[in-house]
Amino acid sequence: MALDDKKSRFKYVGTTPNRPDGVDKVTGKAQYGADITAPGMLTGAILRSPHPHARIVSIDTSAAEAIPGVRAVVTGKDFAPVEDQGFADIGETCMARDKVLYDGHPVAAVAATTPAIAKAAIRAIKVEYAPLPHVTDVDEAMRPDAPVVLEGRALEHVPAGMSQNVTNTCEFGHGDVEAGFAKADLVLERSFKVAAAHQGYIEPHACMASVTSDGRADLYCCTQGHFFVRAVCSALMGMEASQLRVTASEIGGGFGGKTTVFIEPVALMLSKKSGRPVKLVMTRDEVFKASGPTVHASIDCKIGMTKDGRITAGDMTLRYSGGAWPSGTIEMGAQAGFAAYDMPAVRTIGWTALTNRPKEISYRAPGAPQAVYAVEAVIDEMCQQLGLDPLKTRLKNAAAKGTLSSYGVTFDEIGMVATLEAAQAHPHWSAPLGPNQGRGVAAGFWFNFGGNTCVTLNINTDGTASVTEGNPDIGGSRASISLMAAEELGIRYENVRTIVADTASLGYNDNTDGSRVTFAVGLATIKAARAAIKVMCERAAALWGIDAEAVDWIDGAAHPSGPNAGKFPPMTLAEIAAQSFQTGGPIAGHHEVNVDGAGVSFGVHICDVEVDPETGHTLVKRYTVVQDAGKAVHPTYVEGQMQGGAVQGIGWALNEEYIYGKDGRLQNAGFLDYRIPVASDLPKIDTVILEIPNPGHPYGVRGVGETPIVPPLAAVTNAVSRTIGKRMYQVPMSPPRILSAIKGA
Amino acid sequence: MVKVKLWGTLRQWTDGQQEVEVEGRTFKQVLDNLAATYPGLAPQIKRGVSLAVDGVIYRDAWLQPIAPGAEVVLMPFMKGG
Repeated sequence: MALDDKKSRFKYVGTTPNRPDGVDKVTGKAQYGADITAPGMLTGAILRSPHPHARIVSIDTSAAEAIPGVRAVVTGKDFAPVEDQGFADIGETCMARDKVLYDGHPVAAVAATTPAIAKAAIRAIKVEYAPLPHVTDVDEAMRPDAPVVLEGRALEHVPAGMSQNVTNTCEFGHGDVEAGFAKADLVLERSFKVAAAHQGYIEPHACMASVTSDGRADLYCCTQGHFFVRAVCSALMGMEASQLRVTASEIGGGFGGKTTVFIEPVALMLSKKSGRPVKLVMTRDEVFKASGPTVHASIDCKIGMTKDGRITAGDMTLRYSGGAWPSGTIEMGAQAGFAAYDMPAVRTIGWTALTNRPKEISYRAPGAPQAVYAVEAVIDEMCQQLGLDPLKTRLKNAAAKGTLSSYGVTFDEIGMVATLEAAQAHPHWSAPLGPNQGRGVAAGFWFNFGGNTCVTLNINTDGTASVTEGNPDIGGSRASISLMAAEELGIRYENVRTIVADTASLGYNDNTDGSRVTFAVGLATIKAARAAIKVMCERAAALWGIDAEAVDWIDGAAHPSGPNAGKFPPMTLAEIAAQSFQTGGPIAGHHEVNVDGAGVSFGVHICDVEVDPETGHTLVKRYTVVQDAGKAVHPTYVEGQMQGGAVQGIGWALNEEYIYGKDGRLQNAGFLDYRIPVASDLPKIDTVILEIPNPGHPYGVRGVGETPIVPPLAAVTNAVSRTIGKRMYQVPMSPPRILSAIKGA
Repeated sequence: MVKVKLWGTLRQWTDGQQEVEVEGRTFKQVLDNLAATYPGLAPQIKRGVSLAVDGVIYRDAWLQPIAPGAEVVLMPFMKGG
């Protein structure tokens, strides 16, 4: 039996069947986190700090406990310390211990028989705080005299003498940067600010926990990774992983923001103490205040360029804050910033500082949009000053095969040149503009990842197949996985059903993040299907009385591989499956792997805006996304990822911002004041999918979900700056900021 | 011997060198020998790193073979959203 590892002609992959979960989602049947219920279930509620930084002097829960209907009260003292620092930090975001570190930090929780009683109990808890000075801005937090958020968290390579808020530093690059600048005709250095943004998922965090008296537990939650939820919750609860089963509900958006836990350990502890199932659902106010937004950033970027547009050097300093706990996002941003370009000399230095904000969590391509924004905005301003075409200039400097990247790796075949050329050829690039309108362009880069993945594929006796995988389906992955299984098995897409299993049913699966699922789960599905095919070929061979190696699998059936193998009519999957009980038993294939080789991805975005000079309001008139997406398994979903990432980036560029007052409290914890773009704010986002195959996947698939949020901050900035004739150095470019720039204030 | 490129921050633990040479035929052997030869790198390696081998980024792939002459780049542990 021979199977080619790589495939380039497809029957099902590349088609666009309806998503299997679509009808249930639009008719309200789909079960999200808050929809899960259990007999005897209690309602949980969380008391949160009104202070950005304070010592907890005491917590008196006696009045709350005395309220009829209150069945459990939990504080930080209920959780035993854990050794793993990462888990310990997550645990403290779920429940404060000695200090509160941000506005909204949980200090206690209750479980009661009704929501009203739970709310009353929360109000009855008395917390005595000793307020401490706070800091919410990264530049201020790095000053030596800044209030210290947490002590002793600096990594070993952070220089001595800095504020204790500075926890990490990194440097990437190559070449002699100063010599590079000396060769330039123009050297431009600019400083930028990027506000923290929230992922803005529609479904708030929700879970239902049920701990039994013998110490076992079930947890249902909306999450991007229930295996990680199990790992962190079992550690925080002092349980064995095998005793905690976590089931992922349907998920109403995540974008990185549901790759950790905020309420699940609290629900488990309330259930443990009360002996009843407990549901916890965050309000939108709680989501904004106490789930994880992005880092906020302050950036200095300097680039040297010859008058004909060749970049001679780049030097950038990034200062990120991921809130009150150490964050590793700086390293991703520092590596990604200049990655789209072939540069003889490049250096990026990164710093991370603690601030009194909630703990940052991932958001599509974490760290990259901020760094790339600065690079792409400076390049655009240089093109303006030197009278250069911004796309031709990027093409002149584009990274390609053999380029030594800004993070040290020499690129193999990559798609940066192809995306730029496709953007250049797109009618959008040469379309006329109207009054008060301008056009911006920007490129972007992301790494993409694989990770731990398990898939089981069962061949059913009626000739259908069931795929069991372990990654919550956010962007339509169940359809994509089914398409790849159908392709490999040679049966109809409609004859395959893919389900997301709980943590007891499969080995460990990494989160649905890093643009990994279609790539990694797809790869494991293909390998699992091939394992099942191998068994089916063996069964056919046994029935024919020939060697299994003399059987080929073609279009869903076993065939003798040639005249010497014997003359037998093809035996279909359905026929083999129907006889499986008589030929050795049920047939299945499975594959467990830690996948690497995801393949990097590039995108180029073109943006047209119209700015109202009276109000500073910006309307995006036209927007085009070009991306090297690898093989598009389900092209509509690929388009959806590209459009969704662009829209989220547009929102970040124009409106989305965490605004903290001088009191250190979040001023805009709701969708009224934290304005995300809605359909009426946007034009149709045009997409160009470049199917440059990833050599690391049998079908050439690469991740697509993260790259599209990288270019928009700069694409929109460059469009607005060209429209108003003033360069903008801060996002979001809210109307007051644009008006201020227009008026030269 | 395998030549390993480091990111700039780590130079302080390798006498200012941004590229070092260690024995090792696999991902894990290279990391173990890096930590043994340059103890200052050990905390970072323990926290988590990736290795890019001839352009492919590997995370936790202890058994990944590394051929002499391969381009090997030490990177922070990579993660996405």
